[in-house]
Amino acid sequence: MLQPLAQNIIYGILIGALYGLAAVGLSLVFGVSKFLNVSHGELLMLGGYASFWVFKLLKIDPFLSIPLTIIFLLLIGFIFYRLIFSRLIKLEVEKKIQNSLLVGFGLSTILQNVALRLWTADDRSITTAYSGLSFELAGLRLPAVRLISLAISVVALISLQIFLKKTFTGKAIRATVEDWQSASLMGINIHRVYLLAFVIGCALAGVAGTLVSICYSIDPSMGLNWTLKSMVVMVLGGLGSMIGTFVGGIILGVTESATAFFIGGNYRLIAGLLLFLIILIFRPQGLFGTKEGDR
Amino acid sequence: MLKLTEIDTFYGDLQALWGISLEVREGEMVSLIGPNGAGKTTTLQSITGLLRPAKGSITFDGHDLLKVPPDKIVDLGVSMVMEGGRVFAGMTVLENLELGAYGSRARKERFETMEHVFKTFPRLKERLNQRAGTLSGGERQMLAIGRAMMSKPKLLMLDEPSFGLAPILVDAIFEMVKGINKQGVTILLVEQNVRAALELADRAYVIENGRIVGEGSGEALLSYESVRSAYLG
Repeated sequence: MLQPLAQNIIYGILIGALYGLAAVGLSLVFGVSKFLNVSHGELLMLGGYASFWVFKLLKIDPFLSIPLTIIFLLLIGFIFYRLIFSRLIKLEVEKKIQNSLLVGFGLSTILQNVALRLWTADDRSITTAYSGLSFELAGLRLPAVRLISLAISVVALISLQIFLKKTFTGKAIRATVEDWQSASLMGINIHRVYLLAFVIGCALAGVAGTLVSICYSIDPSMGLNWTLKSMVVMVLGGLGSMIGTFVGGIILGVTESATAFFIGGNYRLIAGLLLFLIILIFRPQGLFGTKEGDR
Repeated sequence: MLKLTEIDTFYGDLQALWGISLEVREGEMVSLIGPNGAGKTTTLQSITGLLRPAKGSITFDGHDLLKVPPDKIVDLGVSMVMEGGRVFAGMTVLENLELGAYGSRARKERFETMEHVFKTFPRLKERLNQRAGTLSGGERQMLAIGRAMMSKPKLLMLDEPSFGLAPILVDAIFEMVKGINKQGVTILLVEQNVRAALELADRAYVIENGRIVGEGSGEALLSYESVRSAYLG
């Protein structure tokens, strides 16, 4: 009983790190520009396919191709922002959230169908020479690719954190999150900050997508599921705390796998959404977020 | 140094400023007084680029401010402290000050400027690594002014620096503003505390319903009958 449970929880942590990574991107974009980008999951899907094809056609190891995925998604993000999202920035906060939902929804439908057309509905995953490798620790199985993915997620998170805390540009992003008018008076070009946060969010989704294509599988319709998970985690962790969001991802992963273990695999989605509701009712600022008034 | 000519500014469809003209000369301390909703804050925001006038012109040191993007205006030497200070509460005092020197001109000299700011506001040095949200009201206002000083402004605009502060702090803040003016920084002060604003200022403008209705030296306005009855009781 204990052994399989522990094994399940480990799997929960490993997938939870990917939830966290995906959600950090969504949360960053939402925090800075108040765009709720519901096509975030599709960006993840694009990242996954990018690595898949780079591996298939160019035989480049998926972990090593992550910089390529990042560049690809920075570009995609730049195009989407300039073409679509930049038109929403002048709106009031509420209108911004509503309109970005609509725009994101349209974008996600388009991207799904384009992916379906180009790459068929088949599930794909990247199988490398070391894909089956795993470590044993106290009778528990630790798949190598998922461990590496966990490590990469943590590195991505720490890099983001250092960027936000230590660089002038990162501080400008945090200042804009707090008070864009004040930030503007400091001489910060807030439109550039919005753009920058958006493309970083896209790049994080792309990295998560690559890791998903290595550890699990990708298909054109995977996006919605990942968007939902990211939103649940964003609320769970609380806005404004990147590490909180990441931990929120792990909590969701563990909750899901514990539910699957105790109740049944079909209930894992429900468990996540239930957790979401409970948090919204009892701690709307999230587990690690601060109330507006506290600041 | 700063010259506004016949500017009209709107909030959406609502016209807030009607042909405002005013001038601030180098080294001066000028006050802008008037009742709530008269357009004082709107005037300052029109200068900093947070709002854009529909008509008229604003020039600063020969630059047409209406053609300068908002994030470059501070680089020209115009800095504004908004009402309530609006410090970045989740960031430390140090980070707030650093962001004050975000512009390329000020950034290079930020360490020296910071030492200079500490001379005016020694309290900030003690609180350097504290989150700005944990500061008292007076300390926040000092941080807001210190942060604005970090951009090495030629013109410092202050929107209600006394707002919400205890009387003893109000005097202290005004003393500091006076000190900053003495160092050669031109000041445009918006205040509800009319007596103090007029006593401090070289000149003042009275604004009502989005229009300039009076202008003169601080002393002259203090003795001006309609100002006395309207604001000083």
